[in-house]
Amino acid sequence: MRYLPLTPLDRAEMLGVIGVDTIDDLFADVPAAARKADLFDLPLHAGEMEVERELSGLAAKNRPAGAGPFFCGAGAYKHHVPATVDHIIQRSEFLTSYTPYQPEIAQGTLQVLFEFQTQVAALTGLEVANASMYDGSTACAEAVMMAQRVTRRKKAVLSGGLHPHYAAVTQTIAHAEGMDIARQAVAIDAEAAVLSAIDAETACVVVQTPNVFGVVTDVTRIAEAAHAAGALLIVVTTEAVSYGLLKPPGEMGADIAVGEGQSIGVGLNYGGPYVGLFAAREKFVRQMPGRLCGETVDAEGARGFVLTLSTREQHIRREKATSNICTNSGLCALAFSIHMTLLGERGLRELAALNHSRARELRDALAAVHGVEILSPRFFNEFAIRVPGRATQIVEDLLADGVVAGVPFSRLDPKAGMDDVLLVAATETTTRDDIAAFAKALHTRTAR
Amino acid sequence: MSMSNIGRPTRPETGVAAVAHTSLTGARGLLQDEALIFEMDGWDKTGVDFDVPNQDASDLGDLVRSAPIGLPGLSEPEAMRHYVRLSQKNHAIDLALYPLGSCTMKHNPRLNEKMARLAGFADLHPMAPQSTAQGALELMDRLAHWLKTMTGMPAVALSPKAGAHGELCGLLSIKAAHEAKGQGHRRTVLVPTSAHGTNPATAAFVGSDVTEIAQTADGRVDLSDLAAKLSPDVAAIMVTNPNTCGLFERDIIEIARLTHAAGAYFYCDGANFNAIVGRVRPGDLGVDAMHINLHKTFSTPHGGGGPGAGPVVLSAALAPFAPAPWVVSDGQGFKLLEETEGEAAQAFGRMVAFHGQMGMFVRAYAYMLSHGADGLRQVAEDAVLNANYIKAKLSAVMTPAFPDGPCMHEALFDDSWLEGTDVTTLDFAKAMIDEGFHPMTMYFPLVVHGAMLIEPTETESKQELDRFCHALILLAKAAKAGDVERFKGAPYLAPLRRLDETQAARKPRLTWRPEPTTVAPAPMAAE
Repeated sequence: MRYLPLTPLDRAEMLGVIGVDTIDDLFADVPAAARKADLFDLPLHAGEMEVERELSGLAAKNRPAGAGPFFCGAGAYKHHVPATVDHIIQRSEFLTSYTPYQPEIAQGTLQVLFEFQTQVAALTGLEVANASMYDGSTACAEAVMMAQRVTRRKKAVLSGGLHPHYAAVTQTIAHAEGMDIARQAVAIDAEAAVLSAIDAETACVVVQTPNVFGVVTDVTRIAEAAHAAGALLIVVTTEAVSYGLLKPPGEMGADIAVGEGQSIGVGLNYGGPYVGLFAAREKFVRQMPGRLCGETVDAEGARGFVLTLSTREQHIRREKATSNICTNSGLCALAFSIHMTLLGERGLRELAALNHSRARELRDALAAVHGVEILSPRFFNEFAIRVPGRATQIVEDLLADGVVAGVPFSRLDPKAGMDDVLLVAATETTTRDDIAAFAKALHTRTAR
Repeated sequence: MSMSNIGRPTRPETGVAAVAHTSLTGARGLLQDEALIFEMDGWDKTGVDFDVPNQDASDLGDLVRSAPIGLPGLSEPEAMRHYVRLSQKNHAIDLALYPLGSCTMKHNPRLNEKMARLAGFADLHPMAPQSTAQGALELMDRLAHWLKTMTGMPAVALSPKAGAHGELCGLLSIKAAHEAKGQGHRRTVLVPTSAHGTNPATAAFVGSDVTEIAQTADGRVDLSDLAAKLSPDVAAIMVTNPNTCGLFERDIIEIARLTHAAGAYFYCDGANFNAIVGRVRPGDLGVDAMHINLHKTFSTPHGGGGPGAGPVVLSAALAPFAPAPWVVSDGQGFKLLEETEGEAAQAFGRMVAFHGQMGMFVRAYAYMLSHGADGLRQVAEDAVLNANYIKAKLSAVMTPAFPDGPCMHEALFDDSWLEGTDVTTLDFAKAMIDEGFHPMTMYFPLVVHGAMLIEPTETESKQELDRFCHALILLAKAAKAGDVERFKGAPYLAPLRRLDETQAARKPRLTWRPEPTTVAPAPMAAE
């Protein structure tokens, strides 16, 4: 077995040093009734070639996003990731190290986290950011829990434009804590509908921009209303590239900004691992969940970085911790940070402009298709269209033309009564030929 | 071009007194002092090339950001150098034994990395039509089959993103099961004093009250204390097995029986599954729910703090309440049940957007196929053998917390052997760094004074174990011989000396900010 270094001779010698006869003696504390004498009914070990053959076979049954015209978004986006990113994250020192509990021999990871936190704070327009959450949806749920701790109130108002999965995750977690979740009716362009639900019991208001239908909203007025009622505003963003073009949450009055960082450096991965971004106003820092990296000095006065404010965390505070999170998404945060460093402000703005531009070209092409209605009035790189008939069927039909047309909204929320709504996204990877192929296939299909 | 030193081999000068040498520039040889990206004058640089569109073509008006973001950029060579320099300041499992108890730092096979990067997995969109993702769904189904077979449990929820997230999933399943039986008033969760911090934190997160159960002198759950605390208000017990003292809970079947008799469920923290995989099925012990850290037992890389994955296996009693989504097969193909209706009507909700850590599923499945049923059993045996070997060798100089009987996959020592030396567990751990090893887990579990928890894992050779024990024995002798400075000032030879964590917490600096004298980042030049 290629991963196990001990030889039979080693094992015999080691048993001798320990002073037992057989390996079974070391399992003596296991109750006899629970000792499994036989091997499980599973295949025996396999060589590298056999494993590779089997997994390659499974992978070949999937159609990668890059295989042709592709327009899915809805919280995960196909972007180009520079080759440098994947090379660096595979360096042993980053890939095979643990959470940096021993800062003297983990400065690489810690400095990256400090840089990551600074990048995320800058992008969101807030003062502090943590060292990552699992993904955007869990970051959203954690933000709601944090608002409850800050305000000592129990009600969370969720906008109808919030990604349905994010709403479901938040509902699942917050409900268990005894919170009251007031989710507004699903609507394409209705972030402002939260205004009427804010009251004196409200801990927080959760809005998303661009929302799940791609609609961009200035949430300044919502922030003012939330603050007037003593509530916090949480702004969710599932497409991190949009930070490069749009007014950041902090500038619009957000108290907490959470986001999905998958677009930068991480890749699609069929839904995970991703990286949750979490930023907040500095005055709330002691109620934040997750790891925080801070600057300090060593015994000789040299600058260094450590995990800090750990008295918020589970390994110190146990049942009084701000969250139970331990392992987060460190390597994805590294990938995000490397990609963001390669982009820089100039590259990010260009990337965002390119995404926006491609999406507008897509809009123009689809708007010209008979029977298609563009539903999102203002968008970044994704928008909703109404198609004649069921969106799920259209998507299946267009597969025959080699086009993956987008995400039917009904797949995210079948109860919303939006069976004819399709979410379509374009990014820098979308070519004009892709757009033309989509429009042509859709035209052929709707003309049928 | 490189310098040839053929015929001129370098060697240390003789007759030179050993003095602390400092360089003229403050550099430490090839270990580069590396600035932050914000200090590199990269405000107008980039390492990517785009075909830039006409930027004034936006129709978003006031929604567009105007002020500079404050993000530096670097060209590709500069970026490469920045991160490679930083990487060299990290310790890693690929460099030496990494004995963090309870963390299972084992070798990460690179085949798994290669497989996870196949375009069919890495470039697959989570909302791609399911007809275009059949291979991914099949892999999830097979992974589920392996996990269920190895644990002897009938169901598994794959979506939790890490161990603590799995705990949350397990407790939410339990909560839903109680509510379905009209037992929603059960709010107490019993947790042994030796538990991982995530256990009480998770229980509190779902609104439960945490009650601690005492531990016996031999490091196990105190059955009489458990029996006394199992009231009609108890929703669940959370027990790690093997426990955090590295010991198998001998009375585990009785613990489960008492728990069930009281109408509560048994949550097992599976962080230490590596010790028993292939030899013991948690389902045979009476467990109702257990998370499996794929990043521990099944060797997906820890990545400096994640990502992990924490699938939760569930008993028949809890299976109907598992969160959406899950994979089903109708013989024609695979599909995801994504909504809490129909077959999934009793699901307690959803843990994450999409379906979980697919990238980790691929790696873990590759690991399972490589080992097979026989290799996985060998994993547990070698992990336990290695830990007992370390325990035996180090017991000559250190004091095992539980000297009687074997340990499982980790060896636990207390600090009584350091009494009178003025060296603490922390000092000793930091001195290990100078000897080339990452410290063990310190001061955990809390029930053992000055705890030192050593988990070698099965991927260490006997030679590496001997090298590790040799270093610790020398250190232990130095501590006992009064060489206190070696410990108090440690580490001396790491990239940095001991760091001031107190100052970091007192006045937190969590982001880089320009010094008042520094010129603020220039706004983007107009295109």
